[in-house]
Amino acid sequence: MSVVANISAVEVIGASKIFNEGTDNQVDALLDVNLTIAPGEFVSLIGPSGCGKSTLLRLIANLLEPTQGEISVNGKTSAQARLDQEYGMAFQQAGLFDWRTVSKNIELPLELKGWDKKKRAVRAAEMLELVKLHDFGNMYPWQLSGGMQQRVAIARALAAHPPLLLMDEPFGALDEMTREYMQGELLRICAETATTVVFVTHSIPEAVYLSNRVVVMSPRPGRILEIIPVNLGSKRSELTRAADGFFRSITSVREALRGTHADHVASTAIRGVEDR
Amino acid sequence: MKFVRRIAYRTFMFLLTLVLLVGIWELYKATGPQDGGILFGARVLPRANDTAMPHVSTMFSRYGRPEVRGSDKEIWQVVLSGAWFSLRLSLVGFFLGTTIGVGLAVLMARFKTVRRGLLPYLVMSQTVPLIALAPLVVSWGGKLEIGSFVWPRWLSASILGTFLAFFPVAVGTLRGLTSSPLAAVELMSSYAASWRQTLFKLRFPAAVPFMVPALKLGASGAVVGVVVAEISTGLKGGIGRLIIEYAREATGDPAKVFTAVFGAAALGLTMSGLVAFFDLFLMRNRPRETST
Repeated sequence: MSVVANISAVEVIGASKIFNEGTDNQVDALLDVNLTIAPGEFVSLIGPSGCGKSTLLRLIANLLEPTQGEISVNGKTSAQARLDQEYGMAFQQAGLFDWRTVSKNIELPLELKGWDKKKRAVRAAEMLELVKLHDFGNMYPWQLSGGMQQRVAIARALAAHPPLLLMDEPFGALDEMTREYMQGELLRICAETATTVVFVTHSIPEAVYLSNRVVVMSPRPGRILEIIPVNLGSKRSELTRAADGFFRSITSVREALRGTHADHVASTAIRGVEDR
Repeated sequence: MKFVRRIAYRTFMFLLTLVLLVGIWELYKATGPQDGGILFGARVLPRANDTAMPHVSTMFSRYGRPEVRGSDKEIWQVVLSGAWFSLRLSLVGFFLGTTIGVGLAVLMARFKTVRRGLLPYLVMSQTVPLIALAPLVVSWGGKLEIGSFVWPRWLSASILGTFLAFFPVAVGTLRGLTSSPLAAVELMSSYAASWRQTLFKLRFPAAVPFMVPALKLGASGAVVGVVVAEISTGLKGGIGRLIIEYAREATGDPAKVFTAVFGAAALGLTMSGLVAFFDLFLMRNRPRETST
């Protein structure tokens, strides 16, 4: 492959992940996954439990090593990308440190990078502004609501201005109203910061509303079934949720997800016929 | 402000409990059998007479009288200076014990092999009777010569305090260091944080709620170690020595030994009070499950 100006934000080539290989409880979490994500893209990974979507995210983050295959982030190996803090991460539990104020939580990745105090404080204030929590810097995480905590977690993930944001069901624990609000906020923040996002979710509307492409996965072994482009334009608002295109995309994701199920039912039915 | 209110509340509860205990003591003394309750030849109820159970007021007024007839020192001065002596030894023992305990916990948290190999020996070390160990430590210490350093006798008592203090600290700290939520550990490794950074920025702060009870146990352990060592090595000047001396006079002057016992209790309370203060300070900005 020749060097091109447009380096992929994420490149997954033939990645497989097998846990407990060679033992009785061997789990084929991922099988031969290929995925290329362009800079600035918003890609969701969706699928039933055990489809390996979180595993794929952790492979990209280099929190797990692939059994086979290669993963690069911004043209670097995933290991180098992690060392260089090329990505930020947010989890379902906001995972803020109780003993740090909101500002100090946001400063954590900067502190680990060795930034000086003044620079850190300036950046933390900027990030608080970005997630609209400027009055809350001196509060402690447990004094905030779940949605606010998650916004702080996003601010923390983006504090070092990484080009890539990896999110593992970040809104899974929020109520529906807060969830929709957070989705809008996330899109705004990503547009303002030109961040690439890989987003793991269980929710079809969430995946469709947020993404440029939805990666539909199936379990045992985890693999990609289909990648569905969502053509809702780059500017999305609450009106998008009522648009025809929104529902069409939801339907195609749902069908892709059901596909496995339908195939499964069909194949057993056919076998049933043959047996008789 | 919450900080101050919490201290006030705790002090109030402590005093209330004290009043209750005094009440129970006096109630039993007033209603219990003078020569104890004997059931099938065994004494199940303690004697309620003045020799076995002096009035609380007698014990406290004993503080105001001289230690021995004709002495110009009142007993509260003697007990106080004994407690102060033992407190200093206990602090040395507690400090050494905490240092060793936390150090071992960090090693065990870092290396699984160290944990597997060491932990059984740590548990075993606590089954050695202190009384057997005390003379050994004294004689080892006496043989120790490092340059011009001469092993002072009191250091043996502190070392025995260390011996009792380090274990709960090591176990509690280890538990705390390994209790960080997986997501937080993953977060730190997503930032490519070094083990040391993870230790100081995540594991230690997350361990504080586990370390506080361990340190309280360690603090009282240090006191017990020091007091027992004073008794079994015959070290003069401390509260342990006073207890054993006053206990010999129990028939003639029953309230006397209680003055020293309360001194030892106050010593233990002072030590765990120090830990409690440290707890309130470190946890001042954290959520409390038990809001009061």
